[in-house]
Amino acid sequence: MRSLRPTQTLPTSVPITYTSGEQVEVYRFSLPVTIGVPLIALFLQAFLPRRLTFFSYFDLPLLVTIFFAMARRNPIAGLLTGAAIGLTQDCLTAGPIGVYGIAKTVVGFAASSLGAKIDAENAATRALLTLAFYLLHGVVYFGVARWLLSMSQRFSWSHGVVAGIANAVLGVGIYFLLDKLKQRT
Amino acid sequence: MESVLSRYRNLVILVGVLFLQVLGLAVQVKRSGDAQDTRLIRIWAVGAVTPMEKAVVALQNSGGNLWRNYLYLRGVRAENRQLKEQIEQMRLEQVRLNEDAAQARRLQSLLAFKEQYISKTVAAQVIGSIPTDLSRGIYIDKGSDHGVQPDMAVITVNGIVGKVLRVFPSSSLVLLINDQTSGVGAVLEKSRLQGVLRGTPNGEVVLDRVMSDEQVSPGETVLTSGGDQIFSKGLPVGTIAKVGAAKDLFLNITVKPSANLDKLEEVLVVLQKQEKQAVAEDVPRARAADILAQRLPSVPDQPATPANAGAKTTAAGTAPPAAAGTVPTAQASRSESGGQVSSSAPNSSAGTTKLTTVGQTIDSKKSVVVPQTAKQQDSKPKPKSSAAQPDAQPPSDPDTPH
Repeated sequence: MRSLRPTQTLPTSVPITYTSGEQVEVYRFSLPVTIGVPLIALFLQAFLPRRLTFFSYFDLPLLVTIFFAMARRNPIAGLLTGAAIGLTQDCLTAGPIGVYGIAKTVVGFAASSLGAKIDAENAATRALLTLAFYLLHGVVYFGVARWLLSMSQRFSWSHGVVAGIANAVLGVGIYFLLDKLKQRT
Repeated sequence: MESVLSRYRNLVILVGVLFLQVLGLAVQVKRSGDAQDTRLIRIWAVGAVTPMEKAVVALQNSGGNLWRNYLYLRGVRAENRQLKEQIEQMRLEQVRLNEDAAQARRLQSLLAFKEQYISKTVAAQVIGSIPTDLSRGIYIDKGSDHGVQPDMAVITVNGIVGKVLRVFPSSSLVLLINDQTSGVGAVLEKSRLQGVLRGTPNGEVVLDRVMSDEQVSPGETVLTSGGDQIFSKGLPVGTIAKVGAAKDLFLNITVKPSANLDKLEEVLVVLQKQEKQAVAEDVPRARAADILAQRLPSVPDQPATPANAGAKTTAAGTAPPAAAGTVPTAQASRSESGGQVSSSAPNSSAGTTKLTTVGQTIDSKKSVVVPQTAKQQDSKPKPKSSAAQPDAQPPSDPDTPH
């Protein structure tokens, strides 16, 4: 029975996924980058909206989550990164700890799973994916807040789409900068 | 079983991580009614982020102060002059308000009212905000080390800001009034209609629970009602910006907050409120001229003997009432009810406030006592007798030349 299984990978082997006939590269990051970039994103998210009101439309921790998840292309690493960033963000809010954690865990998992299957190096693809993940993040957040916690949160699709587009545009720029911190495996 | 777990390993881990977080949420929600102690993980997260914010704010302030206080001083002299004039006007206004307040205290003591005073505050600097646009809050640089506690009111000179939600050793999280979860007891200044102030998802402030058959007009001032036990009664909240169509029996009222919640830099945390019975001050009524003399210390001493008048004129409050060329009582006209000084506003013109007493005119802009001639005095009603004004000093003979 065991020999009838479709494919087997040795523990030491690296699974290779292809998209459009090209190998998808997997990246890793140094420890200072792994810890420092999310912390800086959280700091800027807490600090800048007081000075630049429009900045509250952006969600830097989400953009960083998407970037790390898609670059690592490992669903477990992606969901753990999302959980860690989301929980830290929760700690800085007035609400219960875990709402952003759950939302960013889902996004991290989805981004890394999708990143393993499609080429996400292209700017347009990245922008579209960021918009989709922003909306996914919003839906999960409001779902948890409303149905699990009975909080009086309301989701506005128009606001979500506009903010999603803004985040997508900013995201492309930030991904470009963060690309320089990538290390090939 | 093992093969299923290994095959769907990623999904299993995802479900496991989500389950743990949901479990964590459930524990928090269950415990939310208990004592609101701050969790260690929250303290760690805030401790990691706020030092950076404090450092950046301090750096920003140092640079700003260096520029403003030492380099860019254009127009400071003119501004200083304007402010001095403004202080003079405000002192006169304060005399009138003191009389009003005294009258109010007398009335309140008759009705056995209890008053709440803000007796102690601490100034705090805003160092950051909640890193999401879905909830509204700010971090301030004062915490439990400075006496800040949860549920303390946070205000600015313009109006209320919010309440302290969580306290850390050297910082605190303040929930703003435009957060969806906040609620402030509010009352309309003129119509005295009461409602609850709430935030909306897009950061607006609405006044809830005002019945749709009530008349509410834009521009009306909203004050705190004191019903929430956090904010003292009568603090400014904002003005009504828009009155929308009724929804669920209640009016849809949008309020423009007095404090600019998007650009807060410094706030005051109300550390202590005192509640005490209003007591009428059992002191003899002070004369307006005496009050003015106390409130206007900058009134310069006049030369001992002015050449043109041949009369002795000294600074207000030190002048003997029988000074030549002045009506001796120098009693400010008072309203019958409360001894109000009937002066400043009606006589104000073009930035100059004049408080006209029977005997002398004090020009607040020039800060001098202008003696009036005998002819001018004749045209004004003289006090009938000292009995009519029991607190007036007994005058010497007004017609006696000096």
